[in-house]
Amino acid sequence: MALNSVWVVVDRSADKVASVAFELLTKARQVAASVEAVTWGDASGIAEQIGAYGATALHTVGDLGGGLPGPAVAAAIAEKVSGGSGPDAIFLAQSYNGRDIAGRLSARIDVPVLTNIVNLSEDGLTTEHAIFGGTEILNAKFTGSGPGLYVIRAKSFAPEESGGAAAAVDTWAVPELGPVGAARIVSSHVEETQGPKLDEAAVVVSGGRGLGDAGSYKLIEDLAKLLKGAPGASRAIVDAGWVPYSHQVGQTGKTVKPTVYIACGISGATQHMVGMKSAKNIIAVNKDQEAPIFSISDLGVVGDVKKVLPQLIEALQKRG
Amino acid sequence: MKHMNVVVCVKQIPDGDQSSYKLDPSSHNLVRDGKLILDESDSYGVEMGLQLAEQAGGGEVTLVSMAPGSETSGLRTALAMGAAKAILVSDPALAGSDALSTAKVLAAAIKRAEPDLILTATESSDGYTGTIPVQIAEILGLPAVTFSKSVTVSGDKITVERQTEEGYDQVEVPLPAVISVTAGVVEPRYPSFKGIMAAKGKPVEELKVSDLGLDDASVGRAGAGQEVTGVEPAEARKAGEIVVDEGEAFQHIISYLERIKVI
Ligand SMILES: Cc1cc2nc3c(=O)[nH]c(=O)nc-3n(C[C@H](O)[C@H](O)[C@H](O)COP(=O)(O)OP(=O)(O)OC[C@H]3O[C@@H](n4cnc5c(N)ncnc54)[C@H](O)[C@@H]3O)c2cc1C
Ligand SMILES: Nc1ncnc2c1ncn2[C@@H]1O[C@H](COP(=O)(O)O)[C@@H](O)[C@H]1O
Repeated sequence: MALNSVWVVVDRSADKVASVAFELLTKARQVAASVEAVTWGDASGIAEQIGAYGATALHTVGDLGGGLPGPAVAAAIAEKVSGGSGPDAIFLAQSYNGRDIAGRLSARIDVPVLTNIVNLSEDGLTTEHAIFGGTEILNAKFTGSGPGLYVIRAKSFAPEESGGAAAAVDTWAVPELGPVGAARIVSSHVEETQGPKLDEAAVVVSGGRGLGDAGSYKLIEDLAKLLKGAPGASRAIVDAGWVPYSHQVGQTGKTVKPTVYIACGISGATQHMVGMKSAKNIIAVNKDQEAPIFSISDLGVVGDVKKVLPQLIEALQKRG
Repeated sequence: MKHMNVVVCVKQIPDGDQSSYKLDPSSHNLVRDGKLILDESDSYGVEMGLQLAEQAGGGEVTLVSMAPGSETSGLRTALAMGAAKAILVSDPALAGSDALSTAKVLAAAIKRAEPDLILTATESSDGYTGTIPVQIAEILGLPAVTFSKSVTVSGDKITVERQTEEGYDQVEVPLPAVISVTAGVVEPRYPSFKGIMAAKGKPVEELKVSDLGLDDASVGRAGAGQEVTGVEPAEARKAGEIVVDEGEAFQHIISYLERIKVI
């Protein structure tokens, strides 16, 4: 058996297609003969982009009317699958919406879901999962019938255009949702950041609990700015309220793959490392020589962030 | 709302962090034969549940957990925090359950408690699929709001700040509903001595798969629609140069950045 047809759920953040969608479309094309995309909201505006990455069709469930994507997208897909016109596999991003859709869909059509996928075999049937902080790779596959639900981490595949024509757009009806669709978005808040986006930046400077206090995060922002990079964070300081969640790097946060990742006062917990260990270069500053982050760092500085960072910032400022 | 019964799903997991976990070489399941503890991720849900029941001026927190070997250590911790009672599903037939089967079992157990609100963590520390909360919601026919970093109740409606890629959405949802909360949503209390003593006498109802009206064949390894085909070491990233700072380490960073042409 091989994968003949794959549907890719195209995640959007605000009005923009999330970059992970292009990664998933690219991979889908490599493992399957036929690739179609499913999304919500306006589709005609993105049909060209989606087609350029190889999807021939783009189905939308239409305007969500303030509802969350999970219930509507899952219900619409489930109806197609139950009606016998489902694909062999459905690819979704390991994102907030991706997981919501996958979970709902899984329960609706009674098929399992594999999450945290970081790679696929050539035939697309075997999944790879980085476990224990990425020290081991676990392989898995679906054994039952029905489309496998593949929930894939961002940055697992490099996006590549296929040169395809605009995808053909159509609208899928959403069946009556009842209570499952009752949640309503009343307002959306964007936490403004300056400079490049965290998951696209060539340089990421992240801070952790070792900074000592919220005010010291300014060192991270200053250094990031000087290096034209983006500031990131460990979960510890996000939970502590020092910086917004959108800064978080790691298992539950963003996956980054910059040219250089500079970890400052971060211990290197497994959940942090899975989000950054694919950086080309890793520099760490930590006062504890035994900190796990040093085991994956190309340059490890054993020292106090509050001494090293101001010196580094000053030296970079002098260079202009 | 005058009365608020909250179910909090709590997972009991092996002690230690991921780097100390082991997989069984033949089944590839996580080894869970030692003592299990309350997943720290779930302590936030327990605290949230306790606070919401208190605010409502009535109601209680019921814990729901699925764990092997009749394990209650983690449940006792949450009972010591103030939860009133617990439902534990423990059955050899559940070994090897995938996320969907786990959700089916949890959903069936939750139903018995007839809650107004169901709280979970966004993801467990050992499984971290992050799909179980929505699977439970879908099975129970309920709305869900995941990745909640703030939860407030007004009347029979809940307002949640749900994390997004760029910030957060404010989401309103009527009860009953499933809400998954992030670490940091509230500050979990430490069990008091009195709480720990009281926890010993609180009721824990232990159920088997058949008590839930589910079929053994639909759960556990038998019901799992996925299998692990192998585990291998990942390509290791090697530790590089280590410099101990004596006032000059920043120079090493500058040289390194120059070498890789970042500056
Ligand atoms: C389900 C789950 C998901 C998770 N997801 C994520 C995730 O996505 N991202 C994430 O980051 N974490 C995640 N975590 C949390 C993770 O396990 C760690 O708790 C967290 O990464 C620790 O953050 P930290 O390194 O900043 O803090 P700590 O572990 O407390 O480390 C602080 C470090 O700073 C050093 N230090 C202290 N003072 C100084 C100083 N003056 N100068 C230099 N160094 C100093 C210390 O030596 C220490 O190594 C998750 C956990 C769970 C259970
Ligand atoms: N066996 C279990 N018992 C109780 N709650 C669970 C169990 N498994 C998962 N959960 C709940 O569902 C959340 C998400 O789990 P997961 O899908 O494994 O990441 C957990 O954080 C728990 O709140």
